[in-house]
Amino acid sequence: MTDSTTLGLVGGLLQAVVIVAGAPLLVGLMRQVRARMEGRVGAGIRQPWRDLRKQFRKEPITPRGTSEVFRAAPVAMVAITLVVAAIAPFVTAASPLPGVADLFVVVALLATGTVAIALAGIDTGTAFGGMGASRETTILALVEPTALVAIFALSVRAGSTNLSAIVDSTLAEPSAVLSPAALLAAAALVLVIVAETGRLPVDNPATHLELTMVHEAMVLEYAGPDLALIELGSAMRSAVYLGLLANLFVPWGIATEAGVLALLVGVVAFVVKVGVLGAALAAAEVFLAKVRLFRVPELLAGSFLLALLAVTASYVLA
Amino acid sequence: MSDTAYVQLLNLTAGAVLLCAVLVLWRRELAVIIRLFAAQGVALAALIAVLAWHEGSPELAVLAAGVAVLRAGVLPAVLRRALGTAREGTEPVREVRPVVNVAASLLAAALLTLLAFAVSRPIVELAPSPATQAVPIGMAVVLIGFFVLVTRRRAVSHLVGFLLMDNGITAVGFLTTAGIGLIVEVGVALDVLLALLVLQVLTGRMREAFGNTDLDELRELHD
Repeated sequence: MTDSTTLGLVGGLLQAVVIVAGAPLLVGLMRQVRARMEGRVGAGIRQPWRDLRKQFRKEPITPRGTSEVFRAAPVAMVAITLVVAAIAPFVTAASPLPGVADLFVVVALLATGTVAIALAGIDTGTAFGGMGASRETTILALVEPTALVAIFALSVRAGSTNLSAIVDSTLAEPSAVLSPAALLAAAALVLVIVAETGRLPVDNPATHLELTMVHEAMVLEYAGPDLALIELGSAMRSAVYLGLLANLFVPWGIATEAGVLALLVGVVAFVVKVGVLGAALAAAEVFLAKVRLFRVPELLAGSFLLALLAVTASYVLA
Repeated sequence: MSDTAYVQLLNLTAGAVLLCAVLVLWRRELAVIIRLFAAQGVALAALIAVLAWHEGSPELAVLAAGVAVLRAGVLPAVLRRALGTAREGTEPVREVRPVVNVAASLLAAALLTLLAFAVSRPIVELAPSPATQAVPIGMAVVLIGFFVLVTRRRAVSHLVGFLLMDNGITAVGFLTTAGIGLIVEVGVALDVLLALLVLQVLTGRMREAFGNTDLDELRELHD
């Protein structure tokens, strides 16, 4: 077994564990930052884990008239996100499945998770489920091209769409982080993350007003362990997206060689980067209002333009 | 200054100039648009300063300072005065309904940028250097400025569109020739300032005569 595959296997396992255990804490941290800035005490960053534990202990219950799609969707979403958590470069630049850690595969896997939940929302047959699913797919259709094009702008420099190769090339050439292509792509990707993880100004994660919900409307019918899986899955998605953003643009600290110390540094660097990004996102949210649903396409057209400019700049100004 | 740092700063400032032009298309509030235009003036001055540093030319440095004063200070102030008188009236201070909606105009800006890169390829190939490689960005700013000029309805947005075009032309001028002489530059700058002052007076007159500056209302002659 070569050094790189060992690192890939160990690192992949490690980063999956870190993301599953840390994602609810990330959500807790973001809520806590928001609460403090709004002058509330907040529930503490461990509250999402307490909620999950409570939900997991409850009896599984599904609404009458729902099919297998409804029951399979939470498991599918968590499983798909777990695959991404294991293969993409988070703690280590090596990957357990190097061929799969590709830009197109990762973006498509994350989109498949969203589609699973949207199908479950339609499956309930309620008005809100269908409405939420239709909104979510609209946003998804606008966001996917932007995500692909933004990361593609970085892959131009690396000469490969493999995420590990992109991270390696940034590590080899640190000054490239300040190029216009990288900055524009980073701005576009931030907007993508805001839309995909259902944060303000695209969706309000704390809302319980049915007419304004997007993500919450789809999962309205879930209860008990299924709801816990959904919550865990969306927390993991946030962590995965923020981790991708962090490591594609600021990859320092990521483990490139096998060794306990290197992996430890990798874990700490990853946790710190994602924590800082999450806290910054939550702090920015305090100052934002949700935009009208019909102005969301405008926001996403803007981010697509930024991503396209990033690609052009990476070809022309390189 | 080392070569890589020069190339990177040059690209960064050129990218900022283009980004400001794109954001002008994105935002609707006229006050924000004027602030973005001022930011573009700063980025343009920084671009010229980077060129001056690289060439070691004091003349260019003076020009950079001049551009900063004119495009980040004086012109935005004149625009703000035109807007200030607008605010006293009942006229909305936003670009309410542009001819092409914002999402479509952002996509149009993407196409215009690609077009700029396509058409300026021959110019770049004449003398490939980091500075000429940024020429397409100046070209894109010219095209986006023209697009703003064509598709917006408020007089102030038209002025900003005109000035964006001028910023783009200035950027192309500096990037291709590294300055076309102090006298010519000062002449051009004064020209722009004069044109803007005339247009500002015209805007004021329009508002006095018709009550607003929506240029779509000006379809027929009145006496």
